[in-house]
Parts: sequence; C-alpha cells; structure tokens
Amino acid sequence: MPVILILATLAAIAVAAFVMGRARALRDAGGDTRKLHSRPPYYGADVALAGLVPALALLLAWLAVEPLAIDARIKAAIPDTAVEAAGTRDLAMGEVERLATGLAQLRAIGRIDADGIAALDADGADAIRARLADAGVALGASVEPWVLDAARDTLALREAGRRAMTLAVLAAALIGSGLTWRRVDRHRRARNIVERAIRWALLAAASIAVLTTLGIVLSMLFESINFFRQYPASEFFFGTTWAPNFRGDSDLAILPLLWGTLYISIIALIVAVPIGLFAAIYLAEYAGPRVRSVVKPLLEVLAGIPTIVYGLFALMVVGPALRDYFAQPLGLGSSSSSVMTAGLVMGIMLIPFVSSLSDDIISAVPDAMRDGSLGLGATRSETIRQVVLPAALPGIVGAVLLAASRAIGETMIVVLGAGAAARLDLNPFEAMTTVTVKIVSQLTGDTNFASPETLVSFALGLTLFVITLALNVLALYIVRRYREQYE
Amino acid sequence: MTDATQDATPRADGSILTADPRTARRNAAERRFRAYGLAAIVAALSMLFLLLVSILSQGLPAFTQTTVELEVALPAETLDPRGERDPDDIAQILTFGYVPLIEAAMERRVADLGVTIEGLEDPAALLSKSAPAQVRNHVLANPEVIGGTYVFRFLATSRVDQFLKNEVTLESAERDSRISVAQLRLAEALREAGALERGFNWGFVTGPDASDQRPEAAGLGVAILGSAYMMLIVLFLALPIGVAASIYLEEFAPQNRFTDVIEVNISNLAAVPSIVFGILGLAIFINFVGLPQSAPIVGGLVLTLMTLPTIIISTRAALKSVPPSIRTAALGVGASKMQTVFHHVLPLAGPGILTGTIIGLAQALGETAPLLLIGMVAFVGEYPDAPPEGFFDPASALPVQIYNWTQRADPAFAERASGAIIVLLVFLAIMNIAAVLLRRRFERRW
Repeated sequence: MPVILILATLAAIAVAAFVMGRARALRDAGGDTRKLHSRPPYYGADVALAGLVPALALLLAWLAVEPLAIDARIKAAIPDTAVEAAGTRDLAMGEVERLATGLAQLRAIGRIDADGIAALDADGADAIRARLADAGVALGASVEPWVLDAARDTLALREAGRRAMTLAVLAAALIGSGLTWRRVDRHRRARNIVERAIRWALLAAASIAVLTTLGIVLSMLFESINFFRQYPASEFFFGTTWAPNFRGDSDLAILPLLWGTLYISIIALIVAVPIGLFAAIYLAEYAGPRVRSVVKPLLEVLAGIPTIVYGLFALMVVGPALRDYFAQPLGLGSSSSSVMTAGLVMGIMLIPFVSSLSDDIISAVPDAMRDGSLGLGATRSETIRQVVLPAALPGIVGAVLLAASRAIGETMIVVLGAGAAARLDLNPFEAMTTVTVKIVSQLTGDTNFASPETLVSFALGLTLFVITLALNVLALYIVRRYREQYE
Repeated sequence: MTDATQDATPRADGSILTADPRTARRNAAERRFRAYGLAAIVAALSMLFLLLVSILSQGLPAFTQTTVELEVALPAETLDPRGERDPDDIAQILTFGYVPLIEAAMERRVADLGVTIEGLEDPAALLSKSAPAQVRNHVLANPEVIGGTYVFRFLATSRVDQFLKNEVTLESAERDSRISVAQLRLAEALREAGALERGFNWGFVTGPDASDQRPEAAGLGVAILGSAYMMLIVLFLALPIGVAASIYLEEFAPQNRFTDVIEVNISNLAAVPSIVFGILGLAIFINFVGLPQSAPIVGGLVLTLMTLPTIIISTRAALKSVPPSIRTAALGVGASKMQTVFHHVLPLAGPGILTGTIIGLAQALGETAPLLLIGMVAFVGEYPDAPPEGFFDPASALPVQIYNWTQRADPAFAERASGAIIVLLVFLAIMNIAAVLLRRRFERRW
C-alpha cells in the first residue's frame, strides 16, 4: 500500500475511533453529559490520538530505517570480485540501485510485472537496457548476473518491507485505539490527556526553530570538515587568490571574496545610513501625521520589493549608467557590474531597514528629555543632535549592525550587479565578487560533492553564517539593552 | 544671579525683533537640518520612483507580442503519403518536415504583397522557430486539415517584435546575424498589409519557458505554477507550525533555559541570510533525504523554514495584543488553559495572524537565492502535474525564472525579465493590499 493510502486509512481509523470513543463515554454516562469528567469530544479525541500517535511514529521510523537496512543487506551480499571490478562497494551498489529504481519505475507505469522481472535474463542485457530507456533510466554498459540478482532481491525486500509496514502501522493504530477505547468511562480524565498531547505538539512546533538552526550548523559543519580534509585551512583563510579549477589544483582563498563583500557592504551603508537616518529623524521629529501616514508606507514598499528586482535594476539601469557617465569618462574601468553598482543598489534596499528601525528607536526616547532641552532654549535640531541622538545612539548602532548583516548576506543584488571576478582592488568601478556570489556559482550547475571546488561553498556558507550571526547577536543585545533603559 | 544680569551687555541693535547673528545662525542651522531630513526622504522616494518607472518602461512591452498571419498549404502528399489519415503515419513527419511548407507559404505571401525588396533572403526568418512545431501540433490534433490550406497565426521572431517596439532599428540589423535589413523592410511591408499585428501576449503569462533561440515563445506559466505550489506548501506547513509555536511560547512556555534557547533561535533565524537556507535545503532535503532537485516540495520546505520566524513574530504580537481580561474571564467560568487559548484568544488574534501570514508569504514569493541552490535554475519546459504528485515534478519559480532570463544572451530576454518582474510585483501588491485591507477591516482596539 502506498504511503498516501496508509495515511488515508489511518485518518479513517481515527475518525471511527473518535466517534466510538465519544459514544462509549456518553453511553457510560447514560447520555447525560453533566456526569462526564470532560466534554464528549475529548473522549473521542483521546481514543483517536491513542491510535494515531503510535501509528504515525512507527510509520516515520520505518520509512527512515527501512532503506538503510535493505541497503546494508544488499551491500553485504555483493560478491568481492564485483567490488574489485567496480572500484568500491559503494560504486557497485550504485549499479544495483540504478537497475532496481528502473525496474520499480517500469512496474509503476505497468510495463512489467513481477513475473516479467523474474524472467529477466542477464544475458539479454541489451533488452533490459532498452526497456529501462523507455522509463527514462540510463544503465551502465553491461548488466552482470549478480547485479540483476541483487536488484531483484532489493525489489523483493522493498515489497516485503512495504507489506510488513502497512500491517504493522495499521495494527498499531487499531491496538492503540482499541485499548484506550476499552478504558473509556465517564470518570476518565480525557480532557487532561488530550490537552497534554496538544501541549507536547505545541512544544514540538516551537522546537522546529532549534532544529532548523541545528540543521544549518550541522549540515555546513560536516561538509566544511570534509572540505578542510582536502584543502588546508590556512590557505583558505589567509591565501589571496581565488581561482577554482574543476580539474583540481584550485586556489580557494576566502580573502578576495571577503574583501568584495566588505567593500560593497561599506558602500551600501554609506548610502543607506545617512539617508535612512535623516529620513527617520524627519519622520519622527518633524513630520506631521499626514506626511507620516503617506511616507512611511511608501518607504516600506522599498522594503517589500524582492531582491531580484533590485538585482535587475542594478544590471539593467544602474550598472550601464555608472559605466557610461562615471567609470568610462574617468578612465576607471569599462565594466557595468561593479562594486559601486552593487553597493548603490544595496544601499537603496537598506534605506527602509535603517529608517524604520531608527524611527522606532528615536520615537522611544522619552519626551521629557526633549522638553527639557527645548525648555532651555535649544532649537529642535540642537535638541535632536545633542539630546535625542546621543540617547538613541546605542539603538541606532544596533540598527546599523543589523543592516550590515543584511548587506553581507545579500545575494541576488551582488549576483546580478557585482560581477564574478575575485580581486583585491580599491577601484570601486571594478567588478568584484562576494562570498554569496561564489556560493551560488559553486553550487549551481554540475556539482560533485567529493571535490573541494564544490565543498568550499559549505565552508563559505559557514563563514557567512558565523559573521552574520555574530553581528545579529551583538545588534540584538545592544537594542535590547537600550530598550530596557527607557522602559 | 543678580551679578550676572548686571554684567549682561544690552543688545547692540536694541530690538528683539531683529535676530542677532548668533540666533540667525542657529535658525539657519535648524532650517538646514530640516532640509536634510526632507532631502533624505525625497531621495529615498525618488529612488523608489526611478526603480518602478524603469521596470515598468522596460517590462510593459513584454505583454504585447507581434504575430504574423500566414496561410499555409498542407499538401497531403508530403504530410500523409499513404493517405490513410493514420495518426501514427502523420506523426512520422517530424517538425523538420514542416519547415519547407512554411518557407513556401512565406515566399507566396511575399509574392502576393507585390513589393520587391532588395536583397531579401529567407523571408521565413521573420517567424519564430517555434512555427513548424505549431503547424505540426495543429495537424496532429486536426488531421482533417491535411490537403487544404489553413491560416495560422505565428509568433514573429523576437527581432521583428523588437523592431515594432523600436528596440531594434535598421542600423542595428546591419550588424545582426539573426535578422537582415531586407527582412525588417519586409516586416514593415507586411504590417502595412495588415498581416503583422501586435496583440496582448497571453503566451507570456501562461506559456512554458522556451529555449535561448526563441525568446518570443518564452512564458511564465511553469514558473507561476511552481511558485503557486510552493506557496501552498508554505501556507499549509508554516501557518500551523508557526501558530502552534507562537501559542506555546506566548501562553504556555515556562521561564526556563530551553524557552530562552527557542526565543534566541527564532530571532536569529529571522536574520540568517537567505542563501544559508538554500545550503540547508541542498544538504538536508536533497543530499540527505533524497528528495528530487528543482521540485516545488523542496523549495516549499526551504521557504517554510524561512517564513516561520516572520509568522511566529507576527503571531506572537497578535496573541499579545489580546487583553488579559479575556483570558481571566474564560478561566473564571471554568475553561481550562487550553480551552481559553483555542476558544477565545486564538479567534480574536486571527486577523493579526492572517495579516502576518500573508506578509510572510509575500516575502517567500520573492525569495530567489535559496531556490538557486536547490536546482530550480534548471530549464523546465513542461508543466508540473496537479498536486500532490506535482509537488515532486520539476518546476521553476517566478523570481528564479527572472534570474534565468537575465543570464541569457539575447537582449529580448531582458524585456521578458522586466515583464516577469511586473507580474511578480502585481502578485506581491495584491497580497500586501489584502493584508492591509484585512488589518483595516478587522483591527480591534481594546
């Protein structure tokens, strides 16, 4: 039975369990709900959950473990001569895997049945290949007899496993629900049981955030360790050339990429911080409610525009304009993708980020401080510069740090606007590249997860993650401390 | 105190109505400071304006497309030599076999026009390379047209299309290997004769992507469908999980270490670069779990993880805004904590949760970088099946399709990319306006 059908059956069992549990409780109370401990639906839910939870847990566990178990068994059975011929046991296993998948697909579309598979003959390798080509599976040169046998075994094991799983899961549901159903009476504290289950489910949902972080760190950590086994860490962190070469012998140093990242981020912040900060000051201190109600949403539109749009803007408008009016007349280069292009456009993207955070922070400065300053005869701008801004400074620094972390992790604008050449240069009209651009370019297209050229992107990703995480934690810490100060 | 006032010199000019230089300077500084603020806002808004105007002006032409009306003879002796109208027989003639028919039809059309154009070669180059396939598909679907003639409406090649949109000129055609000046003159003549027309380009919105050689046939259909599938997955996973997590954190979580860890994690995840989620998707969902590449299911899962913090943060704000009096009232009449939350607090927080969810979905819809890493850049020419099987079929996504088109050499794809951005922005605008309206309609002040 396919998984989706199993799930449907489980749902049906659960519904039946719900109805029966509810009915049994009501019957025990003689139809008088006041005599029940809990309201009737809780008894139903109690019985249904008692079946569903073990069944689903079993299903998940089975689905996770079964392929591993079958793999191990088939792998152990591969003859040693075959292992020698293929190179490693894993490679030999790959052939079996391919044939088994192909046959399974053929069966799924009804081109072959169980007898047909049993009748396949290793001598007729060409025939097998032709039939598999129909299913869109390409096969290696020859089909050895042991490969065919192993593939047959795999299919048989899988089928048996699937049958056993269906039985076990459905049995778990029935037994679980049945046992609980027998225990239902009007004194059973059904609501408490159900609520405890819901509470666990809520906790599980909240833990997904932790699991995600764990997943991010572990996935990148393992692959990074693989990378550093093949490539010296000192060269990665302190080398100065980035020149990947898919035939091997690459220079994979992070410094040129980090330099590009930082350079672009600095330009972006030079654009975004003054504009964003002044906009926030104007909105918080000068603008009337009418202006505010128009300008604030418009600025937020800037924040809602996807980065691919900014990227395209950089590629098609800003880049050519900078090249034609600045870089070429000044003799600084002839590339339309440049640090300046990406930096300017990223700056525009960050304006609403800086302005809305700073706006909140400036508005949070207590009015008593402003009144005191104004009462002493300071003008508004003097009040802002000498009283409000110093008071808001920690918060604003936090906002700028958050913006910097955004800038460092931004991908699409730099992919489309900054170029792909890794260099250590000061000329802002030269194309440079960033950590994120290289992650994209090393992980798209043909990838080989055994070569350092692909694995390097995990090390780059980990570096990026650590840098942005540090900035975020610092910024959040500063902002939180600042907020507490005035609350 | 009194000493100080006695020391003060009387005002030199004698009137408080005229400002002394220092006051004037301070007032000027005040005006300047204010002007900086205003200038910053004007600068930010003018950039928004520039961005939108440039995208609109470059993208709008993508929504119209030049087509050519052409009567094509479909002789039975070439298309169905055995004359039995057997579909298998007709299918024997490959797309390539239809090329001469179209070329002949085009030659005849030029002869009918009655204008002589110097140096005109290969007039059929005006038509898209998809034309033969279009004729073949029509013939296969309607075998009865064999032996007669049929009036087709073909896509014009992108160069002719751009010529009508004034992007390609006679001068640029001289340097172009894919179109000649004479061919463009023919296009002008055809337009005057009424055979060449510009109309709304439905194919752009609904059609699948096309190869590098045929920008005129490239459409967004697969990308829109792929994005829609991913949004469905995000909605069905992120909303329940996000709401459940928020309820736990806001209503039930004890003050302990683990709760702190969860809270810190959520605020950090909200700021993790999106590309890192792409790496996670590649390493876990594709390499470890073995889900297929460029499938909406993987994209949906990655975007779910990305959207969760947004939804959790806004849901918690919505739950927090429900006043404690509601909770105490429910508890007072004997509801359990769980009943209070699910029967009273959650419904009251509903509109706020919905608004946050829509905004989270809008963010997810525009996200590109993680999708690049899970293989969604691959060329996908076929529509995915209906869900749930379709979730595992290869598909594209709107922002990735835009990226894809920017990477192609033909300048006609730049126009398509801008057009696709307009489509994306329209979807985003609809979602955000819906969120604003929801908030206006259901917002409650307690």
